[in-house]
Amino acid sequence: MSAQVGERGGIRDREGALAKLLIAPAVFYIVAMIGVPFVLAILYSLSDATTGDPELHIVGLLNYRAALSDPVFRKSLGNTVVFTLISQTIVILLSRVLATALLKPFRWKGLVRFLILLPWTAPISLGTIGWLWMFDSIFSPIDWVLRYAGLLGTKNALLGFQTNMYWLGVPGLAMASVILVQVWRILPLATVIQLAGLSSIPKDLLEAAEVDGAAPWRRTLMITIPLTLPIISIAFLFGVVFTFTDLVVVYVLTRGGPVHATQVLSSWTFFKGIEGGDLAQGAAISLFMFPVLAAVAVLILRTARRTEVV
Amino acid sequence: MNPGKIARRGGLYAILAGFVFFSAFPFYWMVIATFKKDHDLYSPLNNPFLFNEPPTLDHLRLLFTQTHYVTYLTNTLLVGLAVVAITLFAAVPAAYALARWARGWGETLGIGIFLTYLVPPTILFIPLSRFASIYGVQESLWSLILIYPTFTIPFCTWLMMGFFKTIPKEIEEQAMIDGLSRFGAMAKVVLPLSISGILTVVVFAFTLSMHEFIYALTFISQSAQKTVSIGVPTELVRGDVFQWGPLMAGALIASLPVAVVYTFFLDRFVAGFTMGAVK
Repeated sequence: MSAQVGERGGIRDREGALAKLLIAPAVFYIVAMIGVPFVLAILYSLSDATTGDPELHIVGLLNYRAALSDPVFRKSLGNTVVFTLISQTIVILLSRVLATALLKPFRWKGLVRFLILLPWTAPISLGTIGWLWMFDSIFSPIDWVLRYAGLLGTKNALLGFQTNMYWLGVPGLAMASVILVQVWRILPLATVIQLAGLSSIPKDLLEAAEVDGAAPWRRTLMITIPLTLPIISIAFLFGVVFTFTDLVVVYVLTRGGPVHATQVLSSWTFFKGIEGGDLAQGAAISLFMFPVLAAVAVLILRTARRTEVV
Repeated sequence: MNPGKIARRGGLYAILAGFVFFSAFPFYWMVIATFKKDHDLYSPLNNPFLFNEPPTLDHLRLLFTQTHYVTYLTNTLLVGLAVVAITLFAAVPAAYALARWARGWGETLGIGIFLTYLVPPTILFIPLSRFASIYGVQESLWSLILIYPTFTIPFCTWLMMGFFKTIPKEIEEQAMIDGLSRFGAMAKVVLPLSISGILTVVVFAFTLSMHEFIYALTFISQSAQKTVSIGVPTELVRGDVFQWGPLMAGALIASLPVAVVYTFFLDRFVAGFTMGAVK
């Protein structure tokens, strides 16, 4: 069709060739900088390469076996699952409430939106530094409030007679702290995704249900939730991808400590493979994340496609 | 207003206030530390939420004169601009081609490119660190400039593809009837119509580069080469002593401008994620 109009030969008019030429830089970049390194990561995981001796001698599945028998690795694997599932379940519940509230009309909406989105729009390493100071072992404002309320620092106080909680120094509390900060950080993204879902529900559908006498909880259960389920899944799945593979919050707050209590696969990969220089072990540990990623990607595609057909 | 309505209104404001407090408190906490005198900051009995002594500019002065903070900001800007340029060069033409010549394979390739956005730095950084030392770019901003497009190109191609699809084909066909070549129709007619899409790409490529932490942590250990997202958390610590005043000032100053800009574009960013799941 359109090609015949400007038939003057030359690459500027040959659609097929032009298309390939326009796509080439992007595809080249992706193959060279994502495809090749990915294959190389697999090769490293099967080798005994270190930073000192980066030659690829294939040793088979040795690294995977070594990882599986390493207690720190197993601890990290469990922590990663706990960290991801708990934080993302909380995110989905909270983002639902927040998105519903943001749909209503109220004053200062622009400012409220800006403040609520801050954890996602500001660089995460810098936001987490703010939390590091809030979890300080001596000057934590949370501890100050607890002391002020008499819950901490006196003889019969509920949380103990010590003056501080040591949020990042006690295993259980440290895990709760990194989960809290991860919730804080992903919540804005999930909220905006859920907002898009909620505002796409046809208003007349809800109004018709109201006229027919359906109670609010019934409208939510029978209309809003089924209609927005795909978008809730999308929000959850992206939250999982961004949490499962990330190390910023853990690295800045605890470096995986105390005693690996908050170590996750990605941070353990970093400490082993990059800081420790054991390229092969690091690559093997990181590739344990891949099956989950691949499964999540498939689910995202399916969810998106299913809704498109409807 | 009847009592029920007032109660619901009050409930709404209470919920919003709670969430605003949760989201924004760490930044309020940064503001306090930025202007608080050390003596006030480090007295456990002082109310930490208020200024018990008059505020001070000492921390800001220290941040800008005694640390590499300005260098971090400059480095961030340089890396960001270079990444924006590479991203525009690769993503915009590719997105156009995928959107226009999409008969099955265009859509599939587009989704394939988007999925590479999900391959995390924590899988790629080990092989990439070998690349960096082979090509001699470790400890240099060049390593970041070359690597950051691995996440900006996939995402921006996907975004622009959606954007180009909203521009009707007839516009180009008319331009070609008027004598422009196929390429000319794209460059002279479609691109000027796509300014807002291209602006989105510029904002995202810059923002995502500025936010990036893992690659910068992996490739850069020299203070003078660090970007702000890595320089502030790793360098503004003297030995084991955290200098919380300058540290919070540095985090705050770098966060706010990018957050303001990003807020305006977040809806488009999310539209990329939802991939047609919302119509």
